[in-house]
Amino acid sequence: MMQPASTQAPEDVVARTAAVIADLSGLEGPLLPILHGIQEEFGFVPNESLPVIAEALNISKAEAHGVVTFYHDYRRAPAGRHVLKICRAEACQSMGSDAIAARIQQLLGIGFHETAADGSVTLDPVYCLGLCACAPSAMLDGEVIGRLDADKLDEIVAEVRS
Amino acid sequence: MGLIQEIDYGTPASKAEKQITLTVDGFTVTVPEGTSIMRASMEAGIAIPKLCATDMVDAFGSCRLCLVEIEGRAGTPSSCTTPVMPGMVVKTQTERLKTIRKGVMELYISDHPLDCLTCAANGDCELQTQAGVVGLRDVRYGYEGDNHVFKRQDGAENFRWMPQDESNPYFTYDPSKCIVCSRCVRACEEVQGTFALTIEGRGFESRVSPGMHQPFLESECVSCGACVQACPTATLTEKSVIKIGQPEHSVVTTCAYCGVGCSFKAEMRGDELVRMVPWKDGKANRGHSCVKGRFAYGYATHKERILNPMIREKISDPWREVSWEEALAHTAKEFRRIQYQYGRGAIGGITSSRCTNEETYLVQKLIRQGFGNNNVDTCARVCHSPTGYGLGQTYGTSAGTQDFDSVEESDVIVVIGANPSAAHPVFASRMKKRIRQGAKLIVLDPRITETVDSVHAKADYHLPLKPGTNVAVVTSLAHVIVTEGLFDEKFIRERCDWSEFEDWAAFVAEERNSPEEVEKLSGVPAELIRGAARLYATGGNGAIYYGLGVTEHSQGSTTVIAIANLAMATGNIGRRGVGVNPLRGQNNVQGSCDMGSFPHELPGYRHVSGDAVRDIYESLWGVKIDNEPGLRIPNMLDAAVEGTFKGIYIQGEDILQSDPDTKHVSAGLAAMECVVVQDLFLNETANYAHVFLPGSTFLEKDGTFTNAERRINRVRKVMAPKNGYADWEVTQILAQAMGLSWNYTHPSEIMDEIARTTPSFAYVSYGLLDEKGSVQWPCNEKAPDGTPIMHIGGFVRGKGKFIRTEYVATDEKTGPRFPLLLTTGRILSQYNVGAQTRRTDNVLWHSEDRLEIHPHDAEQRGIRDGDWVRLASRAGETTLRALITERVAPGVVYTTFHHPDTQANVITTDFSDWATNCPEYKVTAVQVSPSNGPSTWQQDYDELSRRSRRIEGRLEAAE
Repeated sequence: MMQPASTQAPEDVVARTAAVIADLSGLEGPLLPILHGIQEEFGFVPNESLPVIAEALNISKAEAHGVVTFYHDYRRAPAGRHVLKICRAEACQSMGSDAIAARIQQLLGIGFHETAADGSVTLDPVYCLGLCACAPSAMLDGEVIGRLDADKLDEIVAEVRS
Repeated sequence: MGLIQEIDYGTPASKAEKQITLTVDGFTVTVPEGTSIMRASMEAGIAIPKLCATDMVDAFGSCRLCLVEIEGRAGTPSSCTTPVMPGMVVKTQTERLKTIRKGVMELYISDHPLDCLTCAANGDCELQTQAGVVGLRDVRYGYEGDNHVFKRQDGAENFRWMPQDESNPYFTYDPSKCIVCSRCVRACEEVQGTFALTIEGRGFESRVSPGMHQPFLESECVSCGACVQACPTATLTEKSVIKIGQPEHSVVTTCAYCGVGCSFKAEMRGDELVRMVPWKDGKANRGHSCVKGRFAYGYATHKERILNPMIREKISDPWREVSWEEALAHTAKEFRRIQYQYGRGAIGGITSSRCTNEETYLVQKLIRQGFGNNNVDTCARVCHSPTGYGLGQTYGTSAGTQDFDSVEESDVIVVIGANPSAAHPVFASRMKKRIRQGAKLIVLDPRITETVDSVHAKADYHLPLKPGTNVAVVTSLAHVIVTEGLFDEKFIRERCDWSEFEDWAAFVAEERNSPEEVEKLSGVPAELIRGAARLYATGGNGAIYYGLGVTEHSQGSTTVIAIANLAMATGNIGRRGVGVNPLRGQNNVQGSCDMGSFPHELPGYRHVSGDAVRDIYESLWGVKIDNEPGLRIPNMLDAAVEGTFKGIYIQGEDILQSDPDTKHVSAGLAAMECVVVQDLFLNETANYAHVFLPGSTFLEKDGTFTNAERRINRVRKVMAPKNGYADWEVTQILAQAMGLSWNYTHPSEIMDEIARTTPSFAYVSYGLLDEKGSVQWPCNEKAPDGTPIMHIGGFVRGKGKFIRTEYVATDEKTGPRFPLLLTTGRILSQYNVGAQTRRTDNVLWHSEDRLEIHPHDAEQRGIRDGDWVRLASRAGETTLRALITERVAPGVVYTTFHHPDTQANVITTDFSDWATNCPEYKVTAVQVSPSNGPSTWQQDYDELSRRSRRIEGRLEAAE
């Protein structure tokens, strides 16, 4: 696992992390909601947040690290301005998503789990958006897109580049 | 001999009473309900293949090797996670299972290096064994493709490969050999309770990660070794095994560090110690260990260890190496000369809490029989003497009431003035396990210790009392229990004197003992005291564990009595899960006290004034024993300064470093004419010695240690003494040189003499200890198997005695010149004065003593983290570096005393416990100010040490 360098000042991360924890630590099983909150706050989960969370929840740093690295949805580095997720699960594959995946990587010039050099977009794979009826599908900045084809891909590329 | 092979049952034993009968491969087996099929099968002698299961941790069911078939059930469930059911018919070996297991093993091996011949685990690898067990003959998947094994692949870096982590001094982590079975992670969590390891990532990315993907040394790892023990491959391996190779025989013995008394297998190759592995049948540790016992034994072969006897005329002379005969003849002659010149009482001796019972018994016997006086004392004087007094007065015996297993049934655990996580780590792990199961924890300690805020085991109540206010706070807990009617009247009426209780109850109920009043002087918020008292009195089985934070005070004995009162008042005594338990600091403090090391007591805590007791020894030893107590350590030093005490035999104790008011100790020693030090190293006391007798380590002798739960554990010799003689032999030769006709050929004969003369040891013999592993005294006709729990059904003294505990503030008070309170303690990686652990790689964790100071106090004084500071008290001053932390409260500073150059005891005063003279280490009024470096005392002392450690004919003085 990589140890992404945080772009924030450590004191700032600690204070903002503490604020997120304060809002959510009363929940039952608060670790995942707190990590979501942190990701919302920073756009990713900074390493500097983990010791603060660990201390607040009386768990070890290792445990916090184990949980955050288990879930791919928790980012360890800031994402691009747009996040594009292409579904790679079975139903979409049967409807040609492999070709879609190859095409979008070519168009954006990046691979999966990568962010464009200009910071415009991050490309992630996703395993089922529950949109199998409209396969192949994708999600752009939280909005699902069904029945992907070459034209729709061009539109997506134009939008993230704008 | 051979290597002791312990059976791994795969999953922990079930404690259920209900028995279940099932059939495994046609054999009938009966096991407790809740037992796994895997364990039941092993009980029947059938070992089901396994990788991720081991009986130190709960079943996990991830390796898929232990699958079985069960009649009437579909599929192939894992035997480790499937509990037995009545009448179950299990098959552990079918064609289907064989095929599945082989397939699983193929997958494992396809991502594992095939370097078995050169691998450190060769001969001790479960993966290798299981591959053999399932009949793996080839791996159809090959070794190409994604893997974690090869550094480079197809001409490029393999990003999945990770280099070895060599950061821990005692073991390596080689990720390329890891099969991700999670045994290390689970051992760290379930056995040790540190949670320093995790599995990071998921799927093929899963890796074992210390901390947050850190090297072991930088993570939260405390190097207890549980993960290394759990690892089925060479992924986590002791560096000693990598260097030496696999051991070929092993001997069960007892750790020589703290009072937990863990049992270990010393695994040997020839007479070289390969590794120490905790023994699962050890009743104190149940297969667990800490960094000290597991790894820090390198001092035994450290280059500074002295192996030849030495003498010198004056302490300013260099040492001269002499033969054993000359050294002991010289010593005998000097002692006799001094007695002739200054009187029979002008010499004495100090027994060691580090040595065996047999050795301690011999030293006090030498003094009583050979010296002809009672001038014997022991280091327990400076630690647990108040325990002896307090528990003796209230309950009638001077020892902890429980075994360590008892904590598994405690519901409320009260820790007072102790930090087991650092000083008694294996007990702490067992305690934390119980807390994770739901028991509550109350801690009374001025500091936020590791015990207060450890992960998943945070204290429910932390009472951060001001140092020196123990009596007030504990009495205030009693106030709440009495005034709110939470006491156990039935228990008190049955087992204690009711009128004494009424008197005590009236006293504690007084308004000045209320939490609100006590808050004013202790700084503990009243509601915390009330909450803690209610919890202890009403929360189920309440168990109290306490340490030197209780005893090392001017009112140490009073606090012990207050604790004893608390347990009696709530009926928390005389059954499993409850009790009052002193956590003994050294391996054999309990034993050295049992063996008659005090000037007023013969073995078994029998006062020297008792004619019947003296008779036993007088007729056996053929001498008259003085019916008056002899001198305590501080009295010996006082007498030395006055010129009436001239010679001392000190076995295995460094009083200059460990006793209070260093300047007074050094003045006393300097005034003597013959100071004899028997030790492994030229310790600080040896700077003032005239004779140095090299000591032997616990690896080099037979004997017994008695731990904090009164358990008599065998110490077994695994190598010949490098100095020539075991310590008991040295004392015997000295006794012979002084004209005594001792003729012990083995320590077992000494134990036989102890058993013959001491009622509580009557049935103890090496034969019994070999048979039972260990026993807890009393062990006699009333309790032939020993006594795990004391005071069942009634107190040893008859009726439990309630005693008033009036709080009297110590004379050591803060003022304008000395506004801060210094208290002292320990750290996990170091032990006592550090003579042993400083000579191991444990210094990587703690290379110097630091002064912990609150940010507020530091800022006021212009002190930054890491600055050198001058620490001054009314007794003296020293310098050390500051560590700024909120673990200490404002107004309190804290340090450890593991390093001799710190000389923390130059600071401590000569105030001591009113009943026992136990020094008040835990409270000293001090001032802290910025400093440039070592104090004059430190510089002078350094020079003295350097000079007094010269050995003739050697260029470099030792140390």
